[in-house]
Amino acid sequence: MSFDPWTGRLDAYLDGELSVEDTRAMEEHLRGCSACGAAMVARTQEKRAIRAVSQRYAPDPAFRTRIRESIAPRPARWKNFWAQGLAVAAMLIIVIGASLIVVNRERANGRQLIGELADQHVATLASSNPVDVVSTDRHTVKPWFAGKIPFSFNLPELQGSSFVLVGGRIAYLRQSPGAELVFQVRQHRISVFIFQERAFGRARIADFNQGSIAFNVRSWTANGLDYFAISDVSGGDLNELVKLFEAAD
Amino acid sequence: MPLFDRLYNFACWLTQDRNEAEDLVQETYAKALKGFSSFQQGTNFRAWMYRILRNAFLNSRTGLKTGATVPLDVEGNEDVLPPVGETPESVLLQRSDWELVQQGLDQLPVPYREVLLLCEVEETSYRDIAGTLGVPIGTVMSRLSRARQALRTVVLKMQAGPKV
Repeated sequence: MSFDPWTGRLDAYLDGELSVEDTRAMEEHLRGCSACGAAMVARTQEKRAIRAVSQRYAPDPAFRTRIRESIAPRPARWKNFWAQGLAVAAMLIIVIGASLIVVNRERANGRQLIGELADQHVATLASSNPVDVVSTDRHTVKPWFAGKIPFSFNLPELQGSSFVLVGGRIAYLRQSPGAELVFQVRQHRISVFIFQERAFGRARIADFNQGSIAFNVRSWTANGLDYFAISDVSGGDLNELVKLFEAAD
Repeated sequence: MPLFDRLYNFACWLTQDRNEAEDLVQETYAKALKGFSSFQQGTNFRAWMYRILRNAFLNSRTGLKTGATVPLDVEGNEDVLPPVGETPESVLLQRSDWELVQQGLDQLPVPYREVLLLCEVEETSYRDIAGTLGVPIGTVMSRLSRARQALRTVVLKMQAGPKV
């Protein structure tokens, strides 16, 4: 397949600005074009870097208080009842609007979190060295993480299942170190990310509309750890792997 | 006031000065309260607030000085922006390059910086960015593309030189 004109639409695709049909066509193309796949990985890393470095200015608490006081209604000064009501309504609209933005922000945060995990999963699939510890033996893979990440976890017994452990690597997400474990089922790869619970604030998978990416995702929490499994396998396969992990805990 | 933090961050990126950013945010809230009747129900409240902040910036001393008010807003008039030169469509950024990205953003002209921040950080749709900046969607797309290329050019230049 040719590189152009798809590359020109990559930004719009990653910005979520393509129509449903165009998104589907782009995803179909990405499955068969390694050049565009590599460009997509580079651009998602670029987006992640911009996002990470751009949120660096925090307001001074005293300034926050000053603004809050300045937008609070001052009933003593206003004699006109209607003007006062109007001002209170204006403040309410701004506060309610801002609250709705918080809810949307948390949802967006959840979407962004899963988007970043999907990026890492894609990068793993595209890499010629997808894992740093290569072993099908959980008793080799688990000890490899000791001292490299600030927590320990249990790996499931895979004997008798259709899953094979490929290996693992250290993953970083929003400045938090974690583990990425790679499994194989038939010809599909599954990444399971493990991070300390609440490392990402209140962003939850429940807020994530899975229809917007081409992967199945499962998340669960156990023993103070957040688990995220992501792959193009069926939901049933992912559920089966989740059960094996839960049994190991 | 959750939007407050984001408006302040955006104001800092526009002005590159915390005191001026505080003035901008204060002015934004004052204008929003005073003119809230102009806010149309059902439209994007956040985009409305950002537009107020940006207009306040354009009328500020720094805004006038940075030349952010040159008539960029006519589609096809993007050539008034600095040329971005020959840049690959994508640059593979490692985590160690993040500091370069930050320095690169600092160096970008305001029209590039603001469109990138609105798209990448605020996750604003092209349509709402167009509303905030007062330009057609086509201009948002071309400006975004040029902004990304300009950032890549700056980062590549810094990658080639000694790292700070």
